[in-house]
Amino acid sequence: MAAFGELSHGIAGWGRLHPWRCSGNPCRDMSHLLLSMTVNGEPVQVAAPAHHTLLEVLRYKLDLIGTKQGCDKGDCGACTVQIDGVPQLACLTLAVHAEGRAVTTVEGLGQQAGGCHPLQDAFDRWNAAQCGFCTPGILMSAEALLRRNRGQTLTRAQVCEALAGNLCRCTGYTKIIDAVLDAASVEEARNAE
Amino acid sequence: MPSEDRDRDWQLGQVHRKVDAMERMRGVTRYTDDLKLPGMLHAKILRSPHAHARIKAIDLAPALAIPGVFAAVTGQDFKIPYGIIPWTQDENALAVDKVCHVGDGVVAVAAIDEDTANAACKAIRVEYEVLRAFFDPEEALAVRDREGTINPYSRKGNLSKHVDLEFGEVDKELAAAELVVEGEYFFEGTTHAAIEPHCALAHVETNGILTVWSSTQVSHYLHRELAKVLEIPPHRIRVIQPPLGGAFGGKSEPFDLEFCVARLAIKTGRPVKLLYTREEVFYAHRGRHPMKMKYRTGFSADGKIKAVDAKTIIDGGAYSSFGLVTTYYSGQLLCAPYNFGSYRFDSTRAYTNKPACGPKRGHGSVQPRFAMEIQLDKAAVLLGIDPIELRRRNDIGADTRTVNEFHVGSNGFRECLERVETASRWKERRPTLPYGRGLGVAGSTYISGTNYPIYPNDMPQAGVQICLDRSGRARVFSGANDIGQGSNTMLAVIVSEELGLPLDDIRVLSADTDLCPVDLGAYSSRITLMVGNACLAAAQKLRARVCESVAKRWQVPKNRVVLAGRMAIDREDPERHVDSAQAFQWAEADHGLLGEVGSYNTPKDRHGEYRGGTIGASPAYSFTAHLAEVEVDPETGIVEVKTIWVAHDCGKALSRRIVEGQIEGSTYMGFGEALMEEHKVDAGHRGAHAGPSLLDYRIPTFLDTPEIAAMIVEAPDANGPYGAKEAGEGPLHSSIPAIANAIYDAVGIRLDRLPFTPQRVLAAIRERQRREAAGELPPHKSSVDETRKIA
Repeated sequence: MAAFGELSHGIAGWGRLHPWRCSGNPCRDMSHLLLSMTVNGEPVQVAAPAHHTLLEVLRYKLDLIGTKQGCDKGDCGACTVQIDGVPQLACLTLAVHAEGRAVTTVEGLGQQAGGCHPLQDAFDRWNAAQCGFCTPGILMSAEALLRRNRGQTLTRAQVCEALAGNLCRCTGYTKIIDAVLDAASVEEARNAE
Repeated sequence: MPSEDRDRDWQLGQVHRKVDAMERMRGVTRYTDDLKLPGMLHAKILRSPHAHARIKAIDLAPALAIPGVFAAVTGQDFKIPYGIIPWTQDENALAVDKVCHVGDGVVAVAAIDEDTANAACKAIRVEYEVLRAFFDPEEALAVRDREGTINPYSRKGNLSKHVDLEFGEVDKELAAAELVVEGEYFFEGTTHAAIEPHCALAHVETNGILTVWSSTQVSHYLHRELAKVLEIPPHRIRVIQPPLGGAFGGKSEPFDLEFCVARLAIKTGRPVKLLYTREEVFYAHRGRHPMKMKYRTGFSADGKIKAVDAKTIIDGGAYSSFGLVTTYYSGQLLCAPYNFGSYRFDSTRAYTNKPACGPKRGHGSVQPRFAMEIQLDKAAVLLGIDPIELRRRNDIGADTRTVNEFHVGSNGFRECLERVETASRWKERRPTLPYGRGLGVAGSTYISGTNYPIYPNDMPQAGVQICLDRSGRARVFSGANDIGQGSNTMLAVIVSEELGLPLDDIRVLSADTDLCPVDLGAYSSRITLMVGNACLAAAQKLRARVCESVAKRWQVPKNRVVLAGRMAIDREDPERHVDSAQAFQWAEADHGLLGEVGSYNTPKDRHGEYRGGTIGASPAYSFTAHLAEVEVDPETGIVEVKTIWVAHDCGKALSRRIVEGQIEGSTYMGFGEALMEEHKVDAGHRGAHAGPSLLDYRIPTFLDTPEIAAMIVEAPDANGPYGAKEAGEGPLHSSIPAIANAIYDAVGIRLDRLPFTPQRVLAAIRERQRREAAGELPPHKSSVDETRKIA
């Protein structure tokens, strides 16, 4: 991916800016790994310290800031991405675990749908994002739910169960549930055409 | 209330896409932690492991020797104290001589990355002399000596604030009352738990201006305190609040991180960013105060409130924060929606060795509201009056004065009660619900901003500047902090309504102290009323100019020109119209560049004439009624809240779904506080937080949250823009006691201590069963209990 081309030369870049990085840091092992993965449909090569999580690599190395850090320990779901189509917590996933796999972040959601995903549109119409900080993670969980459930009528209970790992502190969840059900019916209508 | 030149509102009360939501949905919005500047360093704060200790020595050398560590600062770099309230400036950015709670900041380090900064913190050696710590407010208050005084700036031992006010003759009224209900209540305290952790970034720009980006909800106060502590004139500092990931009062004062990144940026010449860990967010706290409340309420036989006598002990934690105001609010905000014959409250806030408490959504009044509404429910049962009817009988009404002399304008409380009563089918269903199932009701009120600003001054409380340009666009400059509640959209809706532009044509630029007029920030539910009024004033001036120029061209009277649908239209000949850009160009040709300012200041005649009589006085009050349906499992003590009906009087809903969202979010937050949330430190573990993570501090998930049926009630207030009042805090209050009262209806137990955990519920059920068996109490709902026994 062109946008990430420069970033894949990460080690040299860091070395120029911060010479001590090359001379070795005594406080921890800074050995980098060169990882290859597909991010939002594009092949990416990125160098990252072995102990870094997928969340750190997405945010710090690939500048994909849509994936949020809310707790960094798997409690809040704000960092939810999809690995090979399955929702995963990027903060609990070591970046090496994504080696050779397909990672989709919220930035890839509209891209795949040719602009704006029906979920994003429904969330916007329903005011389902207040502060919006949990929204990317919720969208990634919700998209997987819609895909799993394609062709079937979605219930409120299914939505709550699928999104139970994503905390939202603003909305009381009501408008999010409305938006997901709305998006599901929009998709259903589109598929029926 | 359409203006005189419009037949009807064309935007007000509609459903809108928020002006800044789609970019959040796409993941491209840059929150504070998403900002990255060339050469940026990362900072971390070394925090105290002790609840109370003197700092004897700090050795920074091992940390500074680590490659990649740039600088460190300690309390010695921040000797000037600060505090959000001018009279209680009792904290330092980092501990100067002693630490006052576990998690108090001691040293901040800037390094090349977070890992190196963490390693540096580990390498620092701090020598402490551990002092006796106090975790109980009453124990802390009993200590008078200097050694036992927690806060280094306190002049009255561990007494943070005491307020004792009496209105009318309480003792006489209580003696004459036909029923006196006594109750003791305890609210452990809860925290905000916004999903975005606090974050700040500072950089000294090439022009020498210190720029601080912060996830704050009060840019202006942060600006002032930075200037004070860093001894830099305010005009050399710029504060920017990037889009914010939730706050709820948890970001409404300066925190250590903002001062630290600023000082470290000055010291290193590099941009410095600091992101709190989730654990640090819990220790930063400033959440709801634990309150121990003793209430005596006197009633007449027909259920009228004759006297309320309240005594409250408030656990403040180590610093004042907003505590002076909290102490007043714990009493002052209780005097509506019910008429009190007489009222006395005695509130005492203590310093303890805990993270400081402060304002959380419904600041200061959620706890007493919990006590008061249960008192009313107890009275309803004892007097044999329907709980809704009892509340109706005490309704204070509109255009009146409370017992503590606050002027109440519009009041939709009666309609709120009716709406929840009807929606829940209270009358038909309540008598028929079996044992284990119940309905409960509660009511509340809240302020729409405070009449007096935090620091005394005569300037307007809100200002907005609007510019129109020849492309047909409006730019709105506002200092107000959009924290997710939608205030940017609220401003756009007002401009849209007045100038006939769709929301897409309006850019709201907010919360940047270099670009925007001063606004005091997102707290006390002030923005819709105050900033909305300022915006309306500016927009109306511009509308007059545009309409005048169009009318001149058309040679018609000015009031025939209507601005709507991106056009200027002739009211009497709608075929004649021009687009907004043309109308603005005509106006710019006539008047020069189109820009106007509007400001708003509060009425100063709506408070009481006594010391403290201004605190809690507001231009307008919102009203709420909650009605909860619960199912209680008597075998496990688990409470399941099925549905909460909530009706809220917001005066006028400017954007319908956003208002609903505020009502739902508030109700949800109250629900969480009722059933699961408890913010406390563990005295057995030297004052460490009982569970500083979102796993241990449980907040409701999608699966926990009940169905919430939000209803908007509109009793327009003369002081609000188009009649609008607040919607973001009021609808939290009565959520909690409505659940408590529903639990009573279900299984006959009174839960006077929050939260209603299965253990507490079960213990109370067992106690009731014991008393029933002993013949002390009749069986609860015995007639309908047979089916359950058979099952």
